[in-house]
Amino acid sequence: MSGPDVMYPEEQQQMSLVCARLTRDANAKAVLLIGRDGQPIADAGDVDELDVTSLSSLTAGNVAATGGISKILREKDFFSQFHEGEKTHIHITLVGGRAILVVLFDERSSLGLVRLRVKKSSDEMVRLFDSVAKKAAAKSEPSILTEITDSDIDNLFND
Amino acid sequence: MSFINYSSREINCKLVYYGPGLCGKTTNLHYIYAKTSPDAKGKMISLATETERTLFFDFLPLSLGEIRGFKTRFHLYTVPGQVFYDASRKLILKGVDGVVFVADSQIERMEANIESLDNLRLNLTDQGYDLNKLPYVVQYNKRDLPNAAPMDQLREVLNPTKAPEFEACATSGAGVFDTLKAVAKSVLTELRRGQ
Repeated sequence: MSGPDVMYPEEQQQMSLVCARLTRDANAKAVLLIGRDGQPIADAGDVDELDVTSLSSLTAGNVAATGGISKILREKDFFSQFHEGEKTHIHITLVGGRAILVVLFDERSSLGLVRLRVKKSSDEMVRLFDSVAKKAAAKSEPSILTEITDSDIDNLFND
Repeated sequence: MSFINYSSREINCKLVYYGPGLCGKTTNLHYIYAKTSPDAKGKMISLATETERTLFFDFLPLSLGEIRGFKTRFHLYTVPGQVFYDASRKLILKGVDGVVFVADSQIERMEANIESLDNLRLNLTDQGYDLNKLPYVVQYNKRDLPNAAPMDQLREVLNPTKAPEFEACATSGAGVFDTLKAVAKSVLTELRRGQ
């Protein structure tokens, strides 16, 4: 199996900026970028009161389940989902097959506007993920894993 | 698959609790949640039926401390154990870093244990994993019950590879944290070795 997924500060910051720009341009309440395995990567907007960890895990589960449905239907994947709530709606898009872009919006925006703005942001995110992948492959940044010793791990689990 | 975020200085790993229906996977997570301090855990999510059988997964995020300035976070998942939820089990196993196989010690559940373990191997193989190489721990749950099978019998059938194993009673908590620590430690060790 391949090594761990990584995220570097420079790309994380740029992803956060893309999320912030999308929040503004789509008149969204919040934007979250989530790994396909449910790990939160970046966010912007009204997230202080939001349980980002749970939302990320559930969204990834949702996407995984609909991915399973798409296979049964012999579709490649369902690229986007939209769920309409009473006050808050959620738009979910796959980004380059690697991540999930979630936009939470209300009556101040519209599905059409969100879809339009998400397209551009998705393309930017794909470029950033490519940059991360290249850095990771080149091992141009030092890995924390080379510093960790067996004693460090033992100490973590000592009562 | 582990996720190292150099920006937020976190190492994130995924653990999956696997086993036959009603073996105690969810009970393990409930106990861990109940006994973990609020600053070391997130909200526990359970996607279950009305009769409290796991429908899709349980999820519990935990922080286990810091290593070299990096927070170590583990996402614990359980799979639905009932046989017909196999499609869901496959999805939940994706990206797994470590597995706990929870065996039901009751003698009547031996066949179900075997079927679940075979299912685990198959589903992991389908995704390119090898259970013999993945961080893996076996928990023999329900040791308190009068119809619990002898340990040597369970061990012979369910742990032929001699993976780390623990006796447990998830309802009282016995063995629950020992199991978790063992698999988490194994995941971090394997992660470090992989470099």
